[in-house]
Order: sequence, then C-alpha cells, then structure tokens
Amino acid sequence: MKTDDLVSLLATGIRPVDRHVMRRAFVRAIAAGGAGALVLLALLYGVRPDIRQMLVTPLFWLKVALPFSLAVASWLVLRRLVVPGADVGTRWAMPLAPALIVWIAALAVLANAPEGDQLRLILGLTWKSCPFNIALLSLPLCVTVVWAVRQMAPTHLRAAGAMAGLLAGAVATVVYCLHCPEMEVPFWAIWYLAGMLIPTLAGWLLGPRLLRW
Amino acid sequence: MGALTYHLEAIVPELLDNVDRSNFRATFTRMKRNPERASIDTMDAVEQRLRALILAGLDGDQAAYHAFLTELTGRLRAFVRRRLYQLQDEVEDIVQETLLAVHNARHTYRAEEPLTAWVHAIARYKLMDFLRSRSRQGVTEPLDDLADVLSYSDEVPANDARLDINGLLQQLPDKQRLPIQHVKLEGLSVAETARLTGLSESAVKVGIHRGLKALAAKARLLTS
Repeated sequence: MKTDDLVSLLATGIRPVDRHVMRRAFVRAIAAGGAGALVLLALLYGVRPDIRQMLVTPLFWLKVALPFSLAVASWLVLRRLVVPGADVGTRWAMPLAPALIVWIAALAVLANAPEGDQLRLILGLTWKSCPFNIALLSLPLCVTVVWAVRQMAPTHLRAAGAMAGLLAGAVATVVYCLHCPEMEVPFWAIWYLAGMLIPTLAGWLLGPRLLRW
Repeated sequence: MGALTYHLEAIVPELLDNVDRSNFRATFTRMKRNPERASIDTMDAVEQRLRALILAGLDGDQAAYHAFLTELTGRLRAFVRRRLYQLQDEVEDIVQETLLAVHNARHTYRAEEPLTAWVHAIARYKLMDFLRSRSRQGVTEPLDDLADVLSYSDEVPANDARLDINGLLQQLPDKQRLPIQHVKLEGLSVAETARLTGLSESAVKVGIHRGLKALAAKARLLTS
C-alpha cells in the first residue's frame, strides 16, 4: 500500500475523539482492579473486626493517607508518561514526598519510644506477610492499570511500567488497610512501602515487554 | 545559499496556504536580516497550522485530518530519511508505521501541549524501536534533536514501502477486517457497514479501532 493510500485509509470515516477517554480508562481500571482487590481481601484475609471503630479513629485515616497520597502522586506522574512528549519534570518528586514524610514521622516515633520498644514498633506482628499480601492484592490492579496504559502511548516503557505498578500497589494498600491490624507509623514506613515497591519493581522490569506498541 | 534553500523550503507551505503575501514578504525580509529568527518563526507557523489541523481532526473533520496526515507524512519522511543513511529502503516502512502510531495515539494529544514535542516523541519511539532490533549502524544523528521533526519535508517517497499493509489487513479476523474494508477503504458509513456485515454499529467502531491497533502491532513485528 502506498503511503498516500494509507493516509486516506486512516483519515476516512474518522469520528470525533472523546477528550476524556484517558481519564475514563484510568477510572475504570482503578474501579475494576480495586473491586478485584476487595474480593481477594474478603476471600483471603477478611476485614479487621474492629473496622467500625477504626472509621472514627484519626490514626487509621492517617494510615490510609499514606497509600492514598501515593496513589494520587503516581497517577499524576503516570498520566504524563502515557502522553508522548509530555514533560514529567518535577512531578517525579511527588511520589517521594509521602515516603519522605512517613519516614520522618517514623524516625520521630522511634526516637521518642521507650528503650527496647523500637523493634516491636518496626516489626509489629505481621511484617513477614504484609508486603506479600499487598503484592498479591495488587495483582488485579496490575492487570487493569496495564490494560489502561496500553490504550495510551507511553514512550518511556520502564518508567510507565514502574508508575503503573506503584499505582496498582498503592490502591491495593488502601484496600489492605481494611484488614491490616498494624497501627504503628514505623511499621507502615517500612512494610507498606516494601509491599508497594514489589509491583513497582515488577512494572519497571516488565514495562518494555508489556507496554510496547 | 544552502541555508537560504532550507528556509525557503520551510516557508513554501505558507504560500500554498494562501496567507497574506505582505506578511510573507515581511518574514522574507526579516529572514535575510536574521536567518535564525526567521527559521524559528516559520517552524512556529508549521506547528500552528498542523496543530489547528489535528485539533479539527480530533473533532471529526475528515478533510482537516487528511491534510494533517498528508503534510505530516512529508515531514516524517524527511526526518526518518536523514536518520537512516544506510537503511533508505526502510524509510517508507517506518513512515507508515509512525503514521499508524500517530493515528492510534491521536486521543493522547492534548491541545495545550506543543504538537512538535508530541510528534517527535512518537517518531523517536518508533525509530528507536526499529533501530533497537537492528544494528545501530544507521544512526547518524542523535535522535534527541526535537526541533527538526517538522522542519523539513520530503513529498516524494524514494521507493514504495516494503511493508504490505493490504496483506496485513487480510490477516485480521473478519470482525476487524470487514469494518476497516468498508468504512476506511470503501468509504461506507458505520450504519451501512453494520447492515452489510450484520455487526452492531458499536462493534463496527470497535472493530476499526482494534483492527488498526492490531495492524500497527503486525507492522511492528515485520519491520523489527
């Protein structure tokens, strides 16, 4: 086929493009993947029994704020990465901000803790399983977010993969908060972040293969 | 003199567009005084014109979109040709692949972003993808040179594409191939195509969309 003919083919019968199509793809991906994570949570771990009380506990919401802000930050970066030529610029710092804040808070908590109590604050009761639980819950989100990104046009595939993984991991962690009994800042600062880093790393590794177009 | 030819070349489309001649003359005079400045001005004109065309195209204006793709083709061809000295036979394939990519990614173009950066990122991505699967012998210029993705135009292909888009089209499943054939090649409406094929109208639209993406993926496998 001659190039002129290809141009005619592409231009013939076009329809107006929906300007919100990208945002809608992300919303759908988060909704569907989040629902999947909720189902997994209900089947595998269950909601913590004192959840009603948690809903009026400020510390619980502070805990949710960590993955929630990371989800927003990674989405803000990802929505630039899926547009060819869009400059990410200083937005790269956004996912680092929540991590930095929680680390500072964790260090403050540890510094003020009574001698010998630090290890308990860091390890809690579930440190061995927490990151892997989060990674498992992120699986449906990884699928749906990658599906959304594949409808767009990322040109830096590792970066886009990593941010897609972080978004999936962060939303999965929000869901995991419904189960997780840990209420210490140092615990979140290490194990929640470790859990979110697993899909982030997977996205960085698999991005070139999954997102190529 | 070489520089002058280059600037004139960049200006010619302006003439075709029937812009105010006095304006052109002013540009021309300024160019003689300050070639660099004039070059930037005219590139800005290309950006503005192509941007207006693609935005109209995104609103469904077929003629504008056709004009956009036609001018883009020449500029992509020049861009790719100057980067593949030893692989001239592949130029037209990459041009076609990039056009498919531009079309399939058109919903990601944001009116507030510069079109040059958007086109360059896609062209660069496609070229890198191609070069990665080859030896890098053909690269003669750094690909990061953003400014010139739209600077030059080659209207005439050196040779036909070796890529056989028609042949690839035949490999698609019916629910993608038939909508593309009827709507995109024969120019039938979606409604007519739906009647003809027994597919629903939304299935026709989805078929075109998925079919063109599948076509792009097949083209990529062939060139890489």
